[in-house]
Amino acid sequence: MSQATLRVQKISGHAGSVPGEDTQREYTVCKLIDTTTCIGCKACEVACMEWNDLPFGETVFDNTYQTMPETRWNYWNLILFNEHEREDGSLLWLMRKNQCMHCAEPGCLAACPADGAIVQYTNGIVDFQQANCIGCGYCITGCPFDIPKMNPKTHRVFKCTLCTDRVSEGLEPACIKSCPTGCLHFGSKDDMLDLAEKRAKQLREHSNFPNAGVYDPKGVGGTGVVYVLHDATNPEAYGGLPKNPHVPLSVKLWKGPLKWLGNVAMIGGLVGLFVHYLRYGPKSREEEDLATKPEGGKS
Amino acid sequence: MTNGWIDIKNTDMMLIMGGNPAENHPCGFKWVVEAKRTRNAKLIVVDPRFTRTASVADLFCQIRAGSDIAFLGGLIHYAIENNRIAKDYLLNYTNAAFVVKDGFKLPEDGLYSGFDPATQTYDKSTWNYQEGGDLSGKGAAASHAAPAKPALGKDGKPLPPHLPENVAYDLSLQHPNCVFQLLRKQYSRYTSDMVERITGVPKGQFEKAADLFTSVRKDGDTKKVATIIYAVGWTQHTSGTQTIRTAAMLQLLLGNVGRAGGGVNALRGHSNIQGATDLAGIFEILPGYLKVPVPADTDFKTYLERITPKSAKPHIWDSWNYWSNTPKFAVSLMKAMYGDAATKQNDWAFHYLPKVDRNYSWTYIWDDMYRGNVKGLLAFGMNGVAIGPDSNKNIEALKKADWLVVGEIYPDETSEFWKSPGITTDEMKKIQTTVYRLPCAGFAEKDGTFVNSARWLQWKNAALPPPGDAKVDQEVLARIFLKVRELYQKEGGKFPDAILKASWSYTNPLNPSLAEVAKEINGKALADLEDPVTKQQVKAGQQVPGYAWLKDDGTTMCGNWLYSGSFTEAGNMTARRGTEDPSGLGIYPSWAFSWPANRRVMYNRASCDVDGKPWDPSRKQVWWNEATQKWVGNDVPDFKADSKPKDHMGPFIMNPEGVGRLFVPIGAVADGPFPEHYEPIESPIDNPLHPQQSNNPIVKKFKTDADKYGTAKDYNIVCTTYRLTEHYHYWTKNNPMNVQLVPEPFIEVPAELADKMEIRGGELLKVTSARGVYKAKAMVTKRIKRMMVDGKETFQIGIPIHWGYRGIAEDEDKTAKTAANILSPTVIDPNAWTPEFKGFLVKLEKA
Repeated sequence: MSQATLRVQKISGHAGSVPGEDTQREYTVCKLIDTTTCIGCKACEVACMEWNDLPFGETVFDNTYQTMPETRWNYWNLILFNEHEREDGSLLWLMRKNQCMHCAEPGCLAACPADGAIVQYTNGIVDFQQANCIGCGYCITGCPFDIPKMNPKTHRVFKCTLCTDRVSEGLEPACIKSCPTGCLHFGSKDDMLDLAEKRAKQLREHSNFPNAGVYDPKGVGGTGVVYVLHDATNPEAYGGLPKNPHVPLSVKLWKGPLKWLGNVAMIGGLVGLFVHYLRYGPKSREEEDLATKPEGGKS
Repeated sequence: MTNGWIDIKNTDMMLIMGGNPAENHPCGFKWVVEAKRTRNAKLIVVDPRFTRTASVADLFCQIRAGSDIAFLGGLIHYAIENNRIAKDYLLNYTNAAFVVKDGFKLPEDGLYSGFDPATQTYDKSTWNYQEGGDLSGKGAAASHAAPAKPALGKDGKPLPPHLPENVAYDLSLQHPNCVFQLLRKQYSRYTSDMVERITGVPKGQFEKAADLFTSVRKDGDTKKVATIIYAVGWTQHTSGTQTIRTAAMLQLLLGNVGRAGGGVNALRGHSNIQGATDLAGIFEILPGYLKVPVPADTDFKTYLERITPKSAKPHIWDSWNYWSNTPKFAVSLMKAMYGDAATKQNDWAFHYLPKVDRNYSWTYIWDDMYRGNVKGLLAFGMNGVAIGPDSNKNIEALKKADWLVVGEIYPDETSEFWKSPGITTDEMKKIQTTVYRLPCAGFAEKDGTFVNSARWLQWKNAALPPPGDAKVDQEVLARIFLKVRELYQKEGGKFPDAILKASWSYTNPLNPSLAEVAKEINGKALADLEDPVTKQQVKAGQQVPGYAWLKDDGTTMCGNWLYSGSFTEAGNMTARRGTEDPSGLGIYPSWAFSWPANRRVMYNRASCDVDGKPWDPSRKQVWWNEATQKWVGNDVPDFKADSKPKDHMGPFIMNPEGVGRLFVPIGAVADGPFPEHYEPIESPIDNPLHPQQSNNPIVKKFKTDADKYGTAKDYNIVCTTYRLTEHYHYWTKNNPMNVQLVPEPFIEVPAELADKMEIRGGELLKVTSARGVYKAKAMVTKRIKRMMVDGKETFQIGIPIHWGYRGIAEDEDKTAKTAANILSPTVIDPNAWTPEFKGFLVKLEKA
């Protein structure tokens, strides 16, 4: 990973400031996935495997065209297939390309306690640095999209890198390049949102999809991967895409107020100790204890 | 394709039927999506299953497999009844106005005129136009009262039926025997109710599709265009040819042929199958679609007379009848094949060509082998056992051959046919077939051209050399040929000259360079030539610029006239990669070479009205330039460049009539001038149109004991077979990547049927046809629904074909090791001989 040439704006579990934090962003990159023109061909699945040299795994038939039930540590990009009946009885076969959403406010990064195991670059890409990963799995809990997966042998976690190695050389991600129908687009977030809104409008006006819209959830600050959905009011139909994803409260509390509460408790405890010492001095044996005890059997 | 891949982006309306391009042509499918995105084009998908193509459709109709003619006939009926036709196009560019002979009878009872039940063949002499002139407004009385006496040939015998040079016509389209009125009458039986009965598509849904598709001609609109896209979902039926015919007729009726975004677009199945058919990898044609000689062709002159059409049209119109140049193509081909050994004196080596005396198509070859009549088979990249039909018959056939040579990149079912499940070790010992396996090269290890569905010849370079001892195809074939020639030289034999005199003048005869072969195919001048009008010259030994230079006097040679122009003195045109598209129509004139003559959309004269002005100015392909008195354009005009519009030359220059054929006269189609719905040979119902003649009377069944057919009594489920995106026929089961994507064979079962039979997804099922048993896991899906076909509850199941008994999963015993084509029937289309892989009967049980 050419981290030296990328500018980092967030680092997981990092004590102290991050050089790129709060700097003016150039633009954030964005992958636009138009589910209304996806034909589930899986060229993107294969491209991801080949570009990243991921090893083959075993799969079994599971009553679906879907390659496997969910992403794996060695399968970062998966088309989810769902047969969905519309109100008028017609059928929709929904195909959603599922991979890391590269959230602006990543739950994985917030949850990660290991310094530098997860970074976010100024272009918005969220990347795992396996060398710093301690295998705790907190990132898995922190992700509202259930994306990161752990290699059971090495205890390192993996996910889509939005091809940061390609992007930093000015190329589009491998999946984008391989898509035959042009359902995948790549560019700046602004451009992609513009394209997405135009497409959603076209669907509403010409294709009998009155609820067509763009999925760019605010609960995670917006995402580096946005979808055009036939029905933006029902993202769950697309293989459990959460309607309102956000960083889990437990993680927010833990890394936010609880952290400070913890700090307060710790410092407060130390201060309290010191104040007590000042006030009450060191613990000494009580006067009473030194008083003569009556001889004999005084009670 | 009459049009092409990129051209699809120009369309307003798409009907995809008998094809699943999202899954089987995903890269080409990009243009379908492009049309939707950039032009709000609409997509209608008609298929027995809701496929990945259907998932992006605006309208989907689930159709009973094998009933496509009924659906398309219904569309023709709808278009005529609702006046959604291109009137001027119809009148001037088709044979709608031609008057047909009296005595011609439509198949209301399932039979056309001229059927002889004894021989089960048709006498096609009534399927013809009348001789005559302008019969406009004269009605039926003007026709010849009695059929004319048949013309006699030199030998006193009646000449075979032929088209009249001077065809009778009625420009008012009212004559009861004119093609238009016959067409209307033929499809008057194909009402929405009848379509529902036959296809299972509910009437309302059908009418929605019909309304949408024909909306391009609503209110007399001539600007909009619709295209029809199909693949083997149409061809792999006994009604395949006629299904495509019906689509072509519909497109002529709607005036869509020749127009950007229109046409009849066949999607080929294999990367170079178009090349294979162009260069005649079929028994009944020669390269460039010339017809093969038959025994009755006693000399070259007789042969040419038989295969060279004469124009047949109304005397007021003109017809270029481009096939009249057949002699030039045929002589040039003989010069390519036999070089100096083909001379005028020896009839251009015509006697070296085999005279094809019967049907030698695929299913006949395996039938011959089964009967013990085939000594040996060379199988190159062709897995005959898995392809079927009736895989078990093919396995039995191989047992009877003396030898088998397999050229492949993996061991496949054919090269290990003795290991087919069910053959015991004792039985294996009895098999006397000697099997030779030649390691061949994969596609990335070979250079040469692929020809795609859009008729583009694209040169490709080899990415890496073949591994180990594997050899490229041309080396394998060259070595075999040269060895055979050596044997003939040493030992003589029956008729050696045909082998010894064949031209083989390559720099490296043992491994001919494909660039040299490509140059041969393009053709070259054998003497100095000059064009009398332009004064352009081509010297002896130079590549010819195009087929217009070919001669019938032995001064030119050419391996395939259609490819002439692909490798000229300027170089290898097929290797060009020019990305300019000045017209924006996706023509890309400098990218590769599109046959014929680098034109991209065929019949493009029809994209203009009779005055030579484009029907849609926003999609100008070609037009008549009044100033220069020539046809010009963004695309190469598919027409005689200086033919003035007022001379009314027909745009369909490859037909003797010069116009598109709504009615196909004598012989060109074996089973009827108009398509008629006949039931697949194994069908769940009797044909509602004529129950007493349910099936096509000239479709023949094969007659060995291995040819078994089932009826609805014993087999109640309609079965279709198909292909997935993730696999490519039978070789990707050897590739870990593809196996990871789809690891096991499965059977798509309608959820409603699964409920009835208490089948759960993943359960092992047994599918049985009259020919064999197939086992795989159930995929329970909502994408195939229960249907009502002629009032009967009917279920369809779908089986992807990609597995057999040799592959990654098979070798680990992870599958039942059955090939899907164990189930399919040995019954074939009577025109193209394609087996009925996609509509037969089975029964379904838990395994």
